[in-house]
Amino acid sequence: MVEVLRPADADQLREAIAWATAEETALEIVGGGGKRGLGRPLMTEYRLDCSALAGIVAYEPEELVLTIRPGTPLAEIAAALAAERQQLAFEPPDLGPLYGAQAGMGSIGGVIACNLSGPRRIKAGAARDHFLGVAAVTGRGEAIKAGGKVVKNVTGYDLCKLFAGAHGTLAALTEITLKVLPAPEKTRTVLVFGLDDATAIRALTAALASPNEVSGAAHLPAAAAARSGVAYVAGAGAAVTAARVEGPARSTAHRCAELRALLGRFGPVEELHGRNSGLLWAEVGDVAPLLGAGDRVIWRLSVPPAEGAEVVARIATDCEALYDWGGGLIWLALAPLDDGGAALLRGAIAGGHATLMRGAAELRTRVPVFHPQPAPLAALSARIKQGFDPRRVLNPGRMYQGV
Amino acid sequence: MRMPEPDQGVIARRDEIAAALGALIGADAVIDDRDALRAYECDGLTAYQALPMLVVLPETTAQVSAILRYCHDNRVKVVPRGAGTGLSGGALPLADGVTLGLGKFNRVLDVDYDNRCVVAQPGVTNLAITQAVAREGFYYAPDPSSQIACSIGGNVAENSGGVHCLKYGVTTNNVLGVELVLITGEIVRLGGRHLDSEGYDILGVVTGSEGLLGVITEVTVRILRTPATARALLIGFPSNEAAGDCVGRVIAAGIIPGGMEMMDRGAVRAAEEFCHAGYPLDAQALLIVELDGPEVEVDELIGRVRAIAENCGATTLRVSESEAERLRFWVGRKAAFPAVGRISPDYFCMDGTIPRRRLPEILKRIADLSEHYGLGVVNVFHAGDGNLHPLIMFDANVPGALEKTEDFGSDILRACVDVGGVLTGEHGVGVEKRDLMGTMFSDTDLEQQQRLKCAFDGDGLLNPGKLFPTLHRCAELGRMHVHRGALKFPDLPRF
Repeated sequence: MVEVLRPADADQLREAIAWATAEETALEIVGGGGKRGLGRPLMTEYRLDCSALAGIVAYEPEELVLTIRPGTPLAEIAAALAAERQQLAFEPPDLGPLYGAQAGMGSIGGVIACNLSGPRRIKAGAARDHFLGVAAVTGRGEAIKAGGKVVKNVTGYDLCKLFAGAHGTLAALTEITLKVLPAPEKTRTVLVFGLDDATAIRALTAALASPNEVSGAAHLPAAAAARSGVAYVAGAGAAVTAARVEGPARSTAHRCAELRALLGRFGPVEELHGRNSGLLWAEVGDVAPLLGAGDRVIWRLSVPPAEGAEVVARIATDCEALYDWGGGLIWLALAPLDDGGAALLRGAIAGGHATLMRGAAELRTRVPVFHPQPAPLAALSARIKQGFDPRRVLNPGRMYQGV
Repeated sequence: MRMPEPDQGVIARRDEIAAALGALIGADAVIDDRDALRAYECDGLTAYQALPMLVVLPETTAQVSAILRYCHDNRVKVVPRGAGTGLSGGALPLADGVTLGLGKFNRVLDVDYDNRCVVAQPGVTNLAITQAVAREGFYYAPDPSSQIACSIGGNVAENSGGVHCLKYGVTTNNVLGVELVLITGEIVRLGGRHLDSEGYDILGVVTGSEGLLGVITEVTVRILRTPATARALLIGFPSNEAAGDCVGRVIAAGIIPGGMEMMDRGAVRAAEEFCHAGYPLDAQALLIVELDGPEVEVDELIGRVRAIAENCGATTLRVSESEAERLRFWVGRKAAFPAVGRISPDYFCMDGTIPRRRLPEILKRIADLSEHYGLGVVNVFHAGDGNLHPLIMFDANVPGALEKTEDFGSDILRACVDVGGVLTGEHGVGVEKRDLMGTMFSDTDLEQQQRLKCAFDGDGLLNPGKLFPTLHRCAELGRMHVHRGALKFPDLPRF
């Protein structure tokens, strides 16, 4: 039986980790628990549930700074920001449904710990780029802070970057300061119909190289498009390629027209406005169009954007793709293979990496979930872990065996 | 400035070390002549100087690797150096250390428009990257005021900013990858042309690490399409409060300008006398707000910013009607440092960041301190992101003036931390702010930062004496004293 520890505040969380460190007993750190299927499976006696460390600590719209506790629901943050016409520009995705959890249950801690960013990442940067300051408890059971509560700061090492994407293996976060930005007044999306993957990536590359400040660039091959909740997309009966512009009304209309002309050279175009546009980009960020593809193994590939279609073409197996970030982010749903497709995928990538995002626990134990690293880099990662969590009590082995 | 005690044993082996390094990279690439070494005695923070034991100027990654491996095996300290324009003394030499200059790494290796990135060697200047892609309508966004001279490798080491970083981010938001040589000589590649680093975000932590974690030998940065239009407003205000209020309201209105710079009365006067930019001399504070993007957007936002400024009591307001006029608005701001250099024998440039709304009280505090120390000060301010550059004027030839200036500067930075800000927004800690780290961080915080350093450089050979006020041995930092049964099971909710 797993015993769940649920600290009520940062002091109790520190106490719990200090105890685990003294006992050399590993803890699995969870927030909402929606992403427990992400990473190598953990078998710990104790689970540290951080969901009670929740709430907005400070929000100063004019300073563009928001400080929250990690258990704060994303929905609560979005509502508070929307009231001031602001947003988290990295567009945090909701991956709960990918792991069979209910939609809308995610909290900010998980998004930051896994450095998850949505479609706007190509323009606004990733979660890590908006992570300004942190308070956390290391695996030594010590409370530390790093960064600051202002938007520009180079004082000391940028530990925020290190904690974003460390999947809870270095420290448990107790307070997070994020940069927030104004929400755009208007959003428009240009759709192009019927492009094959290679042409679609060329079209998106052209859109991204244009001066139109494209803030979303995705391609849904026909099967993925058919599962969209947006009627224009699902009803197309063909692949749909999408590019988004945002900003003040007149500027958005102007750039949208420019983009229509540019993308019109590749195929027939249509426009999405308002709610439909919002829905499509939420679907892309949440990988929703691949969720109906059956019980498949799901991978996430990060590659040079212009090479996205070539990488997928090199993977000679039954797979379904969803492209975001102009081709730089590829979600792949694979039919069963003994290694989940690890060798095929990793062999197809020239620069970049592949992460096994969803698969049976048995598969995630056997196959490296995170892209294997060259020896000097793997050794450096292990030494970093050693410095933060020498007794390996925080999510040990979540990312790499022995780290 | 107190630096680690030089190791006389190493200094005694100077000739042997020079010969060994010469054998690795060619004797021509090793500088050991005292006069020639003078060129490396300081960086942009000229108040602190020291002669390096030796300077090496490698030109390949393999040579950097060989140098570092030798220094690691022979316990010789290494100070990496880019263009030497840093303002916090990050490249201050050590009497028992080898300064590793990257000036020969001066080539742009690849321009990749499809993936919107440039691969460059670290010694390439910041501006040269923009110049390499300008013809195709692209640019590299972070633009420190030293961009004509500062190197991209140095920008990564210091996580440099610039006037455009509120909208386009600082260096860390624009770097995609680096090749890094560790002190052991091992070569690692972090990131690349893809967007997210794999595993731990070591790239993110190396950026801004001030040469303490490794030596960068290649950089991949993202490039952006040059905005179609840029126009600026030059706005005079009757008080610092009114100007600060205007900045806050612009942002609250959902506008993130490409640049938003503020100068106080002293800075305006110095700049105007120096380069006759046409600044209003009656203004107590001057704002330059630049909007960039499609023409239709720029025109609309210019109108909105104008309305906000007028509501905030602007006394003068001009909008650039041509590219020449826009550049003229900027001339005075960009020349603010040399302008102060003209009216004072020496000046010290500070670099704190504050929550923007606290600006009036910080400026008041600085004015009080100026009186207290009897030293003049003018303020330029990256107003959008709260990054303040007070320039303290002094005469280094007056005995005790430098020490007094340092004390004044330290008081300003403490005041920044007191109001919720930080010690440095873009210049780095280096030696300059090293001893103030304790005002922002606890011993526990700093010890953890040093444990990260230990993961890269267990013997503390890379750029020691910078960033950390107190140096600990890694073995001592790694120890843990708590053991099984020492703590009772935590008394907290369980399920």
